[in-house]
Amino acid sequence: MATVVKPPATPAAKPGGLRAWFYKRLPIEEFISTQLTGYFAPKNFNFWYYFGVLSLVVLVLQLVTGIFLTMFYKPGEATAFDSVEYIMREVDWGWLIRYLHSTGASAFFVIVYLHMYRALLYGSYKRPRELLWVIGMLVYLTLMAEAFLGYVLPWGNMSYWAAQVIVNLFGTIPGIGPGLVEWIRGDYGIADATLNRFFALHVVAVPLGLLLLVVLHLVALRTTGSNNPDGIEIKERLGGDGKPVDGIPFHPYYTVKDMVGVGVFFVLLAIVVFFVPTLGGYFLEHANFDHADPFSTPPEITPSWYFTPYYAILRAVPDQRLGALLLLLAVLAYLFLPWLDRSPVKSMRYRGWLSRAFLALFTVSFLGLMYAGLNPPQGVYVLIGRICTVGYFLYFILMYWYSSPRFDPVKPVPERLRYHADH
Amino acid sequence: MAESGVIGADELTDESRRHFLLAATVATGATGVVFAAAPFIASWSPSERTRALGAPTEFNVAKLEPGALAQTLWRKQPIYIVRRTPEMVASLAAHDSRLKDPASHDSEQPPYAANPARSRNPEYLVLIGTCTHLGCLPKPRFDPARADLGADWPGGFACPCHGSRFDLAGRVFEGSPASVNLRVPPYSFADAHRLVIGVDEQTGAA
Repeated sequence: MATVVKPPATPAAKPGGLRAWFYKRLPIEEFISTQLTGYFAPKNFNFWYYFGVLSLVVLVLQLVTGIFLTMFYKPGEATAFDSVEYIMREVDWGWLIRYLHSTGASAFFVIVYLHMYRALLYGSYKRPRELLWVIGMLVYLTLMAEAFLGYVLPWGNMSYWAAQVIVNLFGTIPGIGPGLVEWIRGDYGIADATLNRFFALHVVAVPLGLLLLVVLHLVALRTTGSNNPDGIEIKERLGGDGKPVDGIPFHPYYTVKDMVGVGVFFVLLAIVVFFVPTLGGYFLEHANFDHADPFSTPPEITPSWYFTPYYAILRAVPDQRLGALLLLLAVLAYLFLPWLDRSPVKSMRYRGWLSRAFLALFTVSFLGLMYAGLNPPQGVYVLIGRICTVGYFLYFILMYWYSSPRFDPVKPVPERLRYHADH
Repeated sequence: MAESGVIGADELTDESRRHFLLAATVATGATGVVFAAAPFIASWSPSERTRALGAPTEFNVAKLEPGALAQTLWRKQPIYIVRRTPEMVASLAAHDSRLKDPASHDSEQPPYAANPARSRNPEYLVLIGTCTHLGCLPKPRFDPARADLGADWPGGFACPCHGSRFDLAGRVFEGSPASVNLRVPPYSFADAHRLVIGVDEQTGAA
């Protein structure tokens, strides 16, 4: 009788195995092969490509720390401030959970801003990734709402006055404004009712929307594939095996690379959390260590640093309705980039000096607005705010012309990816 | 129809009937969603308790020094009460050209305050103390010609948030981000000293 030599059983093929039982009932294998091991990403990702995965990491950090904070936090005019102090002083390790959450919020915006800037540098919003960009912008807008709502919850004096200023922005809408503001607040001023509904929105409604949008963002990314610093479509150059010659499997190549970035990020996060949790008033503002007081506006109302560019635009305009309108336009302008940019190439590497000069103008204006917004609305800061507001909008308004190859001749784009820019 | 009870491929589909039923179902469903949403949207309006707590509030102005500011709260909003000196009242006429809305045409106030002093009685100024720009509290800066507000500052209120400036009648200066004057709440005097905020001839008896 001949002995039957069994081939070594691969887990998936083993008919009776637990894994096989699951694989038959859930598309786990298919998911791994299409999303990770069989998803090909361009081989020339550089430093800028850490910020996508980092934003996912911070999202998880915020969800976990946030869930634990809700176990101790008590929404309500009379209890909110005290419960945050209780977390900080009496809950074991409560201070760590809270500082991780507050630092995580700022880290989220650092990462998201760099992630967005990467798209401006390499034209990642351009065809075929328009929808990927638009969904990403919706993630950003939702994140801004989430950050604002969360900022109100500790019910410090800055929380109170930030809520006052932001909610009153809706009052500038002609006709329905005043009624809308009262409806949002649920009272004649920012009050208990406002705090309670902001809590519900911050911990349930907005995070659900955020998660949905993040999933859509990733699905759209897997559909079009990642852009890269050269702005070349790797799918257009397939090898004999039908796989992109300039692509490498996301897992294990980029998962391993990203682990390094995640490690460095956690070191930086820990430095802030353990040594400078308020970061000199930028991450947690001093005025917010006082209880909310409707009789006393803090000496300077400045929003969290990540909102200051838009805040500076609001303050730059000596008319309230126009100021609010410009603020809205400044936030929404990014949505139109895919249709404003007419350049035949994506990456700044192959564009002319005109496109680069306008990107530089935008960079300086955005940082200038941030600086102006962090300072009192007087003298030179108003002037900086106004000049930078003009610079900020010129980047968008004139893009239709300066990005056209007629005014900004492009350089030849190589056929294969390169690892370094040569200029 | 086929004999076995299976609908045959040759069976005619009434497309227009199908289209009508589809449209009618969508319209009915959409109407239902709108009606079902109404209670949820209405739940955000100020509640019965909030409205009850928004009742008028009284303030005794007898103890207020001339030239001084008092604050009270009505409907969660700070109310500024200033007992203006005759000099303060006289100063109001001198800077109309620097105001956005000197006659209070575009501003919010009861008819008895639609005058240059913006009050029933020029001695008492009653304002809702939140900036008409975005709701911060303008600070009292009553002494004229302050170093931080310029030599031509006639005295008034300055908002720390976005830099809006108002005169001693709450009228907004040119160059401010606020577009209209500070709001005046409905108010009346129950007797010589009892100021009642939130009630006047129009809103009901005090």
